[in-house]
Formats: sequence, C-alpha cells, structure tokens
Amino acid sequence: MVKVTFIDFAGGAHPVEVPAGTTLMRAATDNRVPGIDGDCGGNCACATCHVYVDPEWSHRVGARTAMEEEMLNLVAEPHENSRLACQITLTDALNGLVVNTPEAQH
Amino acid sequence: MNAIAFRESADIRTAARARVAALPLEELNPSDPQEFVDDTVGYMFERLRREDPVHRSHSPIPGIDTYWSVTRYRDIMQVDTTHGIYSSENGITLMDFPPDDEQKLKMFIAMDPPKHDEQRKTVNSIVAPANLNNWQDLIRERTAKVLDSLPRNETFNWVDLVSIELTTYMLATLFDFPLADRRLLTHWSDMATANKLTNPDAPEPEVRMAELRKMLEYFTRLWNERINAPPRTDLVSMLAHGSATRNMGPMEFMGNLVLLIVGGNDTTRNSMTGGLLAMYENPLEMAKLRANPALVESLVPEIIRWQTPLAYMRRTALVDTELAGKQIKKGDKLAMWYLSGNRDETAIPQPNRFIVDRERPRQHLSFGFGIHRCVGNRLAELQLKILWEEILRRFEVIEVVGAPTRIRSAFVRGFSHLPVRIPG
Repeated sequence: MVKVTFIDFAGGAHPVEVPAGTTLMRAATDNRVPGIDGDCGGNCACATCHVYVDPEWSHRVGARTAMEEEMLNLVAEPHENSRLACQITLTDALNGLVVNTPEAQH
Repeated sequence: MNAIAFRESADIRTAARARVAALPLEELNPSDPQEFVDDTVGYMFERLRREDPVHRSHSPIPGIDTYWSVTRYRDIMQVDTTHGIYSSENGITLMDFPPDDEQKLKMFIAMDPPKHDEQRKTVNSIVAPANLNNWQDLIRERTAKVLDSLPRNETFNWVDLVSIELTTYMLATLFDFPLADRRLLTHWSDMATANKLTNPDAPEPEVRMAELRKMLEYFTRLWNERINAPPRTDLVSMLAHGSATRNMGPMEFMGNLVLLIVGGNDTTRNSMTGGLLAMYENPLEMAKLRANPALVESLVPEIIRWQTPLAYMRRTALVDTELAGKQIKKGDKLAMWYLSGNRDETAIPQPNRFIVDRERPRQHLSFGFGIHRCVGNRLAELQLKILWEEILRRFEVIEVVGAPTRIRSAFVRGFSHLPVRIPG
C-alpha cells in the first residue's frame, strides 16, 4: 500500500492509502477526497485533477508528459510544481507523498 | 403536457424509429437538421454505435457532402485528445466555405496550437475560481428577479422569459456591455449560427454578414474606449490589452466575439430549457431533488449531458490515419457526435435515463475533451445551479403545457419555444 496526503485549499489534510499502481487521481476519487474532479476519467483530457506537488517530492514524482504540459494551459493558477494527478502512478517510492489541491478545478 | 401535442411527437418518434431501421446503412445522415427538429436523431445514433460506429456519412447539402460520423464515447475521446492528427483549423462545423470566404470566421476554437493556446489563455482568467466566487451573488440576485417577475396562471415561453433573459444578462456582464442593449447579443448569437443552406428560414448570407458587421462596429467602439483606459476584468478589455489578442485584425476580432457570444449564450440557454423539460418529464427524479436539494450538484452535470447543447464538433485529418478500423484519409472531415457519445451504454450506465443522482455525472462529453475543452464550463454550471436552487425555493411545480419547438440545426441542439405555466 502507498500512503498519500492531499492538503485542501483551506489547509485540511486528507490522508489515503491505496495499492501501488493506482494513479494519484484515482487515489482521490476512489476515496472521495474533495477538490479532485477527474471529469475525463484519467485520459489527461480535462485538467480537473490539478495538484501542486510538494517540492520535496518533485524529483521522485518525475516530469510532466507533453500532453499534460498542454492541458496545464487550461488550469487556473498554474505553478512550476503543477501536475495532473491522473498522470502520476503511485509506486512504493512515492509512499508518503504530499500534494496540495487548488482553490477549485477549472 | 398538452395531450395532442404530446401524442403527435410520440407518433413522429415511432415512425422515425421504423424509418431508420429500414434505411440502408450508407444512407444514414445524422447531420440532417430535420432529425433535430423532430428530436429523432437518437435512433440513427443507436444504430450507428451498434453497426458502424465510425461511419462514412453523406449529406445532400453542398458544403457538407461527405464526412465521418464518430459515434462512440471512446472514439470521440480519442479524436478530441489527438489534436496533432485531428485539426481544428478548417473549422468546427461540417460546412466548408471556399478559402478566404469571409463567412469562415477566424476564432481560437478553430485554431491549432500554438496560436490557440495563446489566445485562449487571454480569456481563461475571466472564468477562474476567484472570479466565479465574485459573481455568485450577482447571478443569484438576477435569477431571483427574473423568476419573481414570471406570470402566474398563464402560459408563457420559458425560452424567452427565462433562458434567454438569464444567459444574455450574464453575457452582457462578462463583456461589460450596456445592459439596455443586451438583447442585441441574443440577436447576434442567432445571426452567427444562422445558416441558409441548412435552414430555409435563416437570413441570406449577405444579411447575416451585414448584421455581424454591425456587431463588430458596436464592439469596436467598446474596444476603443477600453484600449485607452487601464486594463479591467471584462472580456473586451482583456482582449484589447492581452498580448496575444491586441493585434487581431477586425475579422479575427469578429470571429472571437462570435465564439464568446455563442459559447456563452446558446449553450447554457438550451440547457436551461432542456433541464426544465427533462425534470417535468421525469417526475420521480423531480421528487428526489425536492426531497434532497443537495442533489443540485449532480443534477447540473446530468442536465448538461442530457441536453448536449452542442451536438458535435468537427475535426479535419492532417494525415492518413486509422480510427476504429476505418482508413481516414488526409483532408477527411469528422463529426465527433457528443450527443451520441453521451448515450453510449459502454461508457455511461443507463444512458437513456435522466438520473439526478448518477454516480459519475461529470463524465460526459458535452464540454469536449482535450485542449479545446469548454473554457466557460464552470460558469455554465454555476448559472444552472443557481437557477435550480432558486426554482426549488419558489415553485412547487412548473407545468410544461405543450410540445417544445426545436431549432433547425444539427450543431446547436436547442429550443426556440417551450410553453409553460406556473400555477398559484
């Protein structure tokens, strides 16, 4: 199991545990974590699973894909550490990951 | 509903189902606007999804001719998210115009990256979460005012008094457009989507272009006022000051105005009408909502799926490619039939039922997917949410007293008339 924590815009923590291999988007939507919509079901096609990755984890999470880069043009308040949660697969190496969710998905 | 009108529309539907079943597959043409007037195109889509999900369709209308109908949810998703193969540059509707014909409007929805991305970013922030929060109270106040002014115990047209009124008010606010002139926006929106070739009642192309030039003139005045003032948060000021849009030529300004006016007007307008009709036709769902008003959150995306106010978007293949086993040639045009994908039972459980508490109501195609996904989707949802909250607060019942009149278009799926009556 991989443990991840979503911090919402108001600062509340939502820890969840999911099997390795789950995407970060599914980790949220399967556990009804507020602030992640995932309208397209994980196709990198709607930009409604926008998260900010805690800088300490950036190198382990890896880089954006080309398509993700384009879709991040659609979000409000994109930052350097912006990612789409559907493009991050949770492995044991990401156990303990912390991400912040934005004020709202666009 | 008025019994005779209801029976007539039921008869049309029964006949349509038999007619579609009897047609040779190659004769199915879902872009026939009559199918939309009668609301019978769904039978065609049912058959296409089952027998030939990526279908070579032919229209007798010159300028549309031959196109691919993409009818399954997953194939639509694939086309919509592969903009490197399926381009928007030749336009988003099936009608082709000769190159350099001014009727072919330049607008960012009909552009590929990088230009699309730059222009879209200019207007993106107007619908950012912080702005939506600021508008909530204003939208609620206006919605309340419109609903409170509705006649009682007499039949009126919901489209005119509610759907058009509310969406036009909102649009005027986004543009900071003089409120007294707001119905001009409705008029220009109707002109922009008018097409003589698909609708004999539409104005001649010259008349249409003359009206759109009046729109351009009006907005150029607003542009000139705002370019000489500090940047503000209305759309005209944002376009006038934005680095990717401030050097647009007049025809490109016209195109982007049409995009924003139609996008913010025709779509939500028809979801406001379609939602009322769907709720009236599904009294058990209405009862669920009354018992638990928090269901408005899932009601709104369900209305948008159910209505699918833009029935399709067109793409053009940039290279030879394959889609669901079909050979698509460079230059071929495709219609991604969102309306069909939204009824695809392999992607959406019980898609032909209107269900206010669906498990995953937001997974629908009405906003499109990929880089062209609707920029105003959250604003549209907010407007519909407030409308339903305020309806629930005021009215026990809104009766639909006759059959709706639907628009003669295969692109904008909507209504011109819905007779209703509020007792009390």
